[in-house]
Amino acid sequence: MLFLPEVVYFYFMNHLAQIGSYFLMIREVFKKPTKWRIMKTLILKEIDELVYSSLGIIIFISFFIGAVVTIQTALNLNNPLIPKNLIGFATRQSVILEFAPTFVSIIMAGKVGSYITSSIGTMRVTEQIDALEVMGVNALNYLVFPKIIAMLFYPFAIAISMYVGIFGGWLAGVFGGFLTSADFVTGLTLDFIPFHIAYAFIKTVIFALIIATVPAFHGFYMKGGALEVGKASTTAFVWTSVVIIILNYILTQLLLG
Amino acid sequence: MIEVRDIHKSFGDAHVLKGISTTFEKGKTNLVIGQSGSGKTVFLKCLLGLFTPEEGDIIYDGKIYSNLSVDERRNLRQEMGMVFQGSALFDSMTVAGNVQFPLEMFTKQSKSEMQDRVDTVLKRVNLIDAHHKFPSEISGGMQKRVAIARAIVMNPKYLFCDEPNSGLDPKTAILIDDLIKEITEEYDIVTIINTHDMNSVMQIGEKILFLKNGLKEWEGTKHEIFKTDNEAVTGFVYSSDLFKKVRQMYIEEKN
Repeated sequence: MLFLPEVVYFYFMNHLAQIGSYFLMIREVFKKPTKWRIMKTLILKEIDELVYSSLGIIIFISFFIGAVVTIQTALNLNNPLIPKNLIGFATRQSVILEFAPTFVSIIMAGKVGSYITSSIGTMRVTEQIDALEVMGVNALNYLVFPKIIAMLFYPFAIAISMYVGIFGGWLAGVFGGFLTSADFVTGLTLDFIPFHIAYAFIKTVIFALIIATVPAFHGFYMKGGALEVGKASTTAFVWTSVVIIILNYILTQLLLG
Repeated sequence: MIEVRDIHKSFGDAHVLKGISTTFEKGKTNLVIGQSGSGKTVFLKCLLGLFTPEEGDIIYDGKIYSNLSVDERRNLRQEMGMVFQGSALFDSMTVAGNVQFPLEMFTKQSKSEMQDRVDTVLKRVNLIDAHHKFPSEISGGMQKRVAIARAIVMNPKYLFCDEPNSGLDPKTAILIDDLIKEITEEYDIVTIINTHDMNSVMQIGEKILFLKNGLKEWEGTKHEIFKTDNEAVTGFVYSSDLFKKVRQMYIEEKN
């Protein structure tokens, strides 16, 4: 029977080994590249699958979250001494600093991450990855590298999310009768720090790399059958979210702290 | 020719291959048989270079695998074709795309040259009409034929097949066996087939290697397997009443 310290030790060592395997995988991804002629097609396909096809859900969620942030702020700022334009200010700060880069990335960890894990995991289960390796193809480069490059276009989706979120806030604020359009726009421009935009996009690029690689790791090294593909997708979502949340804290401390 | 010299392979405490030596000649269909867990798949993966044996050598036409550089191993891999148990076709590609894939990855052929080669091999496996279909739109037997076409499109020297008949009806299984045998003779390649199918053993077993508990228990031809007294082989091959009767008839006929 194992005692608690031993359980903790094995648990810790197991995760340490997983982290080591993850970085070894990243190294392999950049070795022995696939022909550019083929890679170009794969990258375009992945941009379509991972980024372009996610725009609908990103726009939908951003619009309504932006609207809700405005309404919640307006309802809580009921002191007549507080200027109404702070509603626009709060919406801008919430959407640009946290909602668009972090919250949308968590959603994408579910949508894009589970797609990556299940597609690569299914290839593992059906021996398609073995087939690539037998042919002498670097399967990690062929499968994961295009996803990493495609996800570098993810900041464009986040830029759209920021725009739509603020637009949703304006619409809810003005047409809900909480403030005038002029107040909202004044709030949007109030104490604007351009570095906040840079901070948001730095976070987005790092989260994009996490969304592309952590689910790929869980799919590529999974063992078992169809049931395990489902389990791997869930595990990948949990770990991608955990890594995003931790990195969000570290990056915020480093860049704004 | 592939020569295997005393290979050993373990996973943790499990000693899976315990010193197997044999040779596989070209132009012949070589079958590896044995019960589940006998080490057939590990043996095949060692031959493919997917597993590295701890001891022993695998020699491909005089080239010792363990002495080859990374580039030489990669080049050797391109001389191998593999037909997987579940076909392992790429779902996102059409039949033609699957067959063309190795050509796109490893050759500098023009599109028309690649298409000509794809047409040639698809004709060879009688699948020219399935050109634009996806793997999910064709039958299991057709998928196996596409996998064979993909395996031979690069003119390999070595063809490996893992349970090529699994999940197929007896008639289709015989078609696949005959196709593999014809291709082996036509391309003059070393073909190694892992199988549980006793029909295949009787039909195309020009050389049969029987593994038991990671050891070579017996080897011979499909004719010799009728006469062997090795209990492990007869117990495995003639486990059904039908095959027992077939064996009896063969022995009586020969006497």
